[in-house]
Amino acid sequence: MERNKLSRRHFIQMSAFGVGSLLLFPQCSPQLRKSSWRFFSVEEAFLMDTIVEQIIPTDEWMGARDAGVTNFIDKQLVGPYVRFQEKYRNGLSAIQSSCHILFRKPFEELSWDEQTGFLKMMETGKLSQTLESRDPSQKGEKIWENNFDRSFFNLVCDHTMQGFYGSPRHGGNKDYVSYRMIGLDYPFTIGQNRYKS
Amino acid sequence: MKNKHVNAIVVGSGAGGGVAAKELSVAGMSVVLFERGGWVTLDDHDHDELISQRTTVLGNAYGPDDKSNRRVRISQGGDKSILLPSEGGYDNVAACVGSGTVSYGAMGWRFMPEDFKMKTTYGHVEGSTLDDWPITYDDLEPCYEKAEWEIGVAGDDSQNPFASPRKKPQPMPPFPHNKEGRMLEAAARRLGFHPFPIPMLRNSVPYGGRPQCYRMRTCVGFACPVNAKCGTQNTVIPVALNSGNCELRTHCVVSKINVNDQGLITGVSYFDESGKAQIQTADVVVVAASATETARLLLNSKSGFFPDGIGNENGWVGRNLQGHAYCGAWGIFNEDVYDDCGSGATVAISDFNHHNDNIIGGGVLCNEFIRLPYQFSTIRPSGASRWGLEHKKFQERNYKRVARVCGPYQQIPSFDARVDVDPDVKDFWGIPVARISGTANIKDSKGTAFMASKAELWLKEAGAEQTWQTGVVTGVRAAGGGQHQAGTCRMGNDPKTSVCDKFGRVHSVPNLFVADGSLHVTNGGFNPALTIMALGYWVGGYIASEWSKGNRFK
Ligand SMILES: Cc1cc2nc3c(=O)[nH]c(=O)nc-3n(C[C@H](O)[C@H](O)[C@H](O)COP(=O)(O)OP(=O)(O)OC[C@H]3O[C@@H](n4cnc5c(N)ncnc54)[C@H](O)[C@@H]3O)c2cc1C
Repeated sequence: MERNKLSRRHFIQMSAFGVGSLLLFPQCSPQLRKSSWRFFSVEEAFLMDTIVEQIIPTDEWMGARDAGVTNFIDKQLVGPYVRFQEKYRNGLSAIQSSCHILFRKPFEELSWDEQTGFLKMMETGKLSQTLESRDPSQKGEKIWENNFDRSFFNLVCDHTMQGFYGSPRHGGNKDYVSYRMIGLDYPFTIGQNRYKS
Repeated sequence: MKNKHVNAIVVGSGAGGGVAAKELSVAGMSVVLFERGGWVTLDDHDHDELISQRTTVLGNAYGPDDKSNRRVRISQGGDKSILLPSEGGYDNVAACVGSGTVSYGAMGWRFMPEDFKMKTTYGHVEGSTLDDWPITYDDLEPCYEKAEWEIGVAGDDSQNPFASPRKKPQPMPPFPHNKEGRMLEAAARRLGFHPFPIPMLRNSVPYGGRPQCYRMRTCVGFACPVNAKCGTQNTVIPVALNSGNCELRTHCVVSKINVNDQGLITGVSYFDESGKAQIQTADVVVVAASATETARLLLNSKSGFFPDGIGNENGWVGRNLQGHAYCGAWGIFNEDVYDDCGSGATVAISDFNHHNDNIIGGGVLCNEFIRLPYQFSTIRPSGASRWGLEHKKFQERNYKRVARVCGPYQQIPSFDARVDVDPDVKDFWGIPVARISGTANIKDSKGTAFMASKAELWLKEAGAEQTWQTGVVTGVRAAGGGQHQAGTCRMGNDPKTSVCDKFGRVHSVPNLFVADGSLHVTNGGFNPALTIMALGYWVGGYIASEWSKGNRFK
């Protein structure tokens, strides 16, 4: 029994160290407003809405913003994606400081095409280079160290696809919008009809 | 209270272990079957793509969980990463009663005679541990037959001219093709290939007291809502339990195989559901914990007698880790090819399995299981947008117009591809975790390119307007067996170059057996589950028949 208890404590220490924080991210920065979200601040959630709408825009079907993708990601960040909390907190703040250096505006206030261009720079890893050339003090380089621009974009892009195309039970894909767009009936009726016939 | 001594312990209730437990218990041996997971059904997670056994981003529906389990991976550059079971590189199968056979795609293949004689067929391959099995296809044929009839396979091998010889047909008629399958079947005939229905461990008609399959979209990666998929959990394990001789202990994690001072196995140590350390003694132990976990358990069982782990005197435990190099092609058609008829995969060709010019092995090619919407969002030809309006339009326009042909290309084993245990990282129970390292492929590039080009040709003939290849190996690939993991305790006649003998008995220990994918010397050009089940009959049948003759394996 004793040995078992010890190894469990050891396990928790080890995993917190190895896989990224398994505990909730310790402290939100003090200037963030009190939020009705689980993890995001009000400002972060607004920024997330703008980004995910770029990744899956509205056309004749709802886009990712209206389909609740920010809600999906927020929910996972206090669940199975607890290990990505720090990445989101740092990544979102790095997006805003980069926009400030490049445009003197927050991301949400850029035009649609400027937003797309900015995300493309992240996707291709060119954002840190661009910042470097604009800012001789090389602050930009530090914001996105180790290709974080690219890896953070890939992470958000992947999570957005999950939220939009995954089951609505996780807080995204509102009213089964992506399934209706593709032409898949949910909940399953075809299989059951086939079985009965 | 002390656990009552039994004749045999089986560790793991998956493809191999479920069968072995049944063979022993119906022969009258008292058996404890250990399973680290529990019973699961579709109701536990529903038809949820993000928590299935195929797409595991929010967790593995059929285990193991992210809270208690870890593995370590060493990259080619020597970097170490600690992985969760829901992350790709973990190489998970499952952790529940039945393991992978609850949620698998259920293709039920027999290997070909050449698959047991790879060295004889292809000669020595430089840098590889390619070898013959110590048993032949003919040895295993009766066991394949038992697996097909006791567990249940729908198929018709007479339509496949390359099929292995058999004495009895498969017990159920094959499934009719879906729309994609019909188009591809006709195209294959035009090309002079030999298409046939994929053999499936699924009920095409009511069988074994369970109903007929109703062809759900969510089949691979999910349990069957009507129990029409045939796994060990709804076939042989219930038979074992009904024999009155087998006790299934779920949520019990075996941590070590125990040895006495004569080098004989006395039983196992395990943690029960409440986390309490316990001991179970037995005359015989059969390990069937899957290729990664079986190697881990043997290596973690260090003692004065076996300082490097059991069976590891020559350093072969955990070596030759294999899976498959999955390769093929996608095609976009100008009309819907999707008819929502699950599981999706229906048609195959075995024309490029062996006897190809300058290629070792080869594999079967099949149309692929239904892709669910999130998975489809990652499927794009090169150059297509990965996000934005164009990406969304592609999803809307092409979800029902895309077909895929692919197959498990036979991997050439490499000694360097390895499972061992990490010196530092431990799981929730304090047991050192499996560590995967090394590189997998030797001579995969040409073969995968060849298979992918055939897949592309087939799709084009079926009418695909745009096609692209996938899974062609370029450069060196990291080791790993994925869901087809095998090879880590290979069987052989020479104790210096294998871990187990031809009956699955660990060479250096009279009363310890392995009965899962770890035994594979090579992994065939097919999905492996039916072969692992056949090995369960082979090993379990041997132990039971020896036992009835009075052999107590001392
Ligand atoms: C989504 C999916 C689709 C698949 N599709 C196909 C297919 O179409 N055709 C095919 O042939 N194969 C398919 N497979 C692969 C197939 O399921 C595996 O090859 C097969 O299950 C492996 O058999 P095994 O006996 O080696 O190990 P497993 O079946 O994995 O059994 C090992 C068991 O041991 C238990 N265990 C491990 N360690 C311990 C421990 N320390 N203590 C107690 N219990 C332990 C595990 O929980 C598990 O239940 C698929 C797998 C998956 C996940």
